[in-house]
Amino acid sequence: MKTLSHLDKLEAEAIYIIREVAAECEKPVMLYSIGKDSSVMLHLALKAFYPEMPPFPFLHIDTTWKFKEMTQFRDRKAKELGINMLVYTNEEGVKAGINPFDHGASYTDIMKTQALKQALNHYGFTAAFGGGRRDEEKSRAKERIFSFRNAEHAWDPKNQRPEMWKLYNTQINKGESIRVFPLSNWTENDIWQYILRENIDIVPLYFAKVRPVVYRDGNIIMVDDDRMRLFPGEEIQMKKVRFRTLGCYPLTGGIESDADTLEAIVEETLGAVNSERTSRVIDHEATGSMERRKREGYF
Amino acid sequence: MKELLKFITCGSVDDGKSTLIGHMLYDSKLIFADQERALELESKVGSTDGALDYSLLLDGLMAEREQGITIDVAYRYFTTSKRSFIVADTPGHEEYTRNMAVGASFADAAVILLDATKGVLVQTRRHTRICSLMGIQDFIFIVNKMDLAEYQESVFLSIEKELKQFIEIFPHNTMTVIPVSATVGDNITKASEKMPWYQGLPLLSYLEELELNRSGKEEDFILPVQRVSRPNHTFRGFQGQVEEGSLRLGEEITVYPSGEHAKVARLLAAGADTEEIVKGQPVTICLDKEIDCSRGCVITKHQVPELENMFQVTMLWMDDAPLVEGKEYICKLGTKRIPARIVKIEYKIDVNSGEQVSAERVMKNEIIVCTLLTTEKIVFRQFSENKALGGLILIDRITNMTSACGVVERAIKHLDNLSWQVTDITKELRERQLGQKAATLWFTGLSGSGKSTLANALEIKLTEMGKHTMLLDGDNIRLGLNRDLGFSEEERRENIRRIAEVAKLMNEAGLIVLTAFISPFAEDREMARSIIGDDFVEIYISTPVEECERRDVKGLYKRARTGELQDFTGISSPYEVPVHPDILLDTSHDTVERSVSCLLKELKEFL
Repeated sequence: MKTLSHLDKLEAEAIYIIREVAAECEKPVMLYSIGKDSSVMLHLALKAFYPEMPPFPFLHIDTTWKFKEMTQFRDRKAKELGINMLVYTNEEGVKAGINPFDHGASYTDIMKTQALKQALNHYGFTAAFGGGRRDEEKSRAKERIFSFRNAEHAWDPKNQRPEMWKLYNTQINKGESIRVFPLSNWTENDIWQYILRENIDIVPLYFAKVRPVVYRDGNIIMVDDDRMRLFPGEEIQMKKVRFRTLGCYPLTGGIESDADTLEAIVEETLGAVNSERTSRVIDHEATGSMERRKREGYF
Repeated sequence: MKELLKFITCGSVDDGKSTLIGHMLYDSKLIFADQERALELESKVGSTDGALDYSLLLDGLMAEREQGITIDVAYRYFTTSKRSFIVADTPGHEEYTRNMAVGASFADAAVILLDATKGVLVQTRRHTRICSLMGIQDFIFIVNKMDLAEYQESVFLSIEKELKQFIEIFPHNTMTVIPVSATVGDNITKASEKMPWYQGLPLLSYLEELELNRSGKEEDFILPVQRVSRPNHTFRGFQGQVEEGSLRLGEEITVYPSGEHAKVARLLAAGADTEEIVKGQPVTICLDKEIDCSRGCVITKHQVPELENMFQVTMLWMDDAPLVEGKEYICKLGTKRIPARIVKIEYKIDVNSGEQVSAERVMKNEIIVCTLLTTEKIVFRQFSENKALGGLILIDRITNMTSACGVVERAIKHLDNLSWQVTDITKELRERQLGQKAATLWFTGLSGSGKSTLANALEIKLTEMGKHTMLLDGDNIRLGLNRDLGFSEEERRENIRRIAEVAKLMNEAGLIVLTAFISPFAEDREMARSIIGDDFVEIYISTPVEECERRDVKGLYKRARTGELQDFTGISSPYEVPVHPDILLDTSHDTVERSVSCLLKELKEFL
């Protein structure tokens, strides 16, 4: 009898989880960050229910500092697929002029963490799918697939519910919510191989192209619009770069690369010497910074 | 096409698990460069000689790093040219047994570490027992720290012999034993030169070769229905994951528990049309006619599955709160959710020795064999035959905690008339007829705090309002129903348990029950709450002890002060103040009348 490959097994596990949430949770939503993991998760959601459309909306937290190509891609995909794409921005943060240059860590807190909490409360979502993977960071390595948040959206890593076999316990009290990570057991390589196998549409920023960039603290930052502030001595250079993860453009480091096809990216990734979160600037602040932020409610 | 192997690593605290996995990843050059750099930096902080500490790669959470132990499962991923692996690294401490069980329930194989200088320990036996309970078939014992035993074959052989004897009690399992040094790197990724007497494979090669998907017998088709997809009037598909066997277009299926038949009209696997679906695939099945089928039903091909509502279950208790016999939990088995109760605890299995011991109280991390009763008959399998239809969890209805996980050993036929009758006239109907909502108003507080006086006055008021009530008085109950009980700790508990059961029955009848017992212990009140369920309203009469003693209506405080009365609550025995009572009332400064009207106001949301 036919047996399943490791990608088939990961796909089956993710679809099982997505269906379980759709069947048991009161008001689920799928967070959509426009990145490659979100693209895979969206693809899995479509497969899980086909020919039915996913029975939940998608939510993008827009910090207003995303790459232009990302928001264009988001709007195009939503229209193409006919899915319900909600976009939420922390308007108070925008009014207060919060930006990644002046406000550092509090920018991430206000425009991402707080915005996410506001959005979940605003729509009353009880369960939110996220694209987090356990191989990304040490504290994620210990998080359950169904991860519970109290009414303040905080995570208690010392008191996680046991998760046995695939008998997920989705019971929550009023005000509490669940984060669900269907891609928990995927690695970066799995993601790329699956994108290749399934021919999944991803944001062009993942492919190498000549782009205007500056070199800053060992990172390559793209100058996506004229809000980008240059420090003394910095100058804009045209370089062939691509991005391994996507976020707010002033906080996302690219890498110099010639990989401009999916095959080339996968090849480059399989031989990768830097784990992908290196190019996310915020993770470097201190060891354990991710865990601290998650306790406070960061996704 | 690469296969996936999930395995768990376990062993006691300093057997070097994290070092072993860290070394395996490191040796295989599977660590990304920047993590490696971070490791070097962190390790230099942590050790004096600047040597690499591989375990730092794995211990994720801050609290753990500070304590130097692993409290939760950490998942690691690596790939070799032959296979993809997921490692669940689990804690060794007995205190974290439930976290270990989480890792074990996820894995196909178990890598269990032992210290060559210490041999087979109770932990070794405990971990093997839990892995076996969770359904792992393949055991790989790693005799670690062979460098400290000077790589002597005799040390290894005597441990191997002991393990072989021990494993005989698990007839379904296979085992191998490998001598290793995790810090040095012997027999992890390559064969050790220091132990030429060992002829077997190093650990990684063994994991690459381990046979997966063994299945001897012909399998039937099993699909527990996860969800019914009904986007429009023309499409109706049953979604789920194939747990056993395969199914082709045009074949006939049967749905249980209804027993209705239909033919397969359309098959989708992972969202694409196909002619055949196989074990493990996420699928959608469309049938040629409308039949009764919803989430929790099971689709099969030939075999008539067993339907039963009483089971013998081996269970691992995982909740901080102790097990309560007779309490209603939500049971999840396959995709079915159903109310269930543990009606009888047969015995406890000593997690270390494997002995059967009698069980009065069941606490966290204990394994028991018990009888589970569900409210209706469900489709199930013995766990050893099918994990998906034989594994279950129990969820606490109030805290939502996953209180226990268990495996079905067998069904219990109805020998002792223990079936849970579902009656046509429900509690809701009775309540409607009486025009009220049932509740148990559980008064607690010191002797002389005013419980009985208030309960009595409140009952009069409620009766005037046309409510149907019943006041359970301590002395009256002890003169009748509980005549056989004395005042030992055990009998006192039993007294409360019976009162709670009586109150529950009266609630079922639609009545508002008032009880006035000191009930000084939080645990007993918690037991009453769990028996009575949502109808339980805890009313704490918080009149201070000084005021109660001043009143001393029955002269009891005086007798307690002179030592004539032993274990008197508030004087010589503690009263555990309720942390979150539903209602709190101090009667020091109010008349009975005012206290009652105060109570009535507070009770509005419950009645």
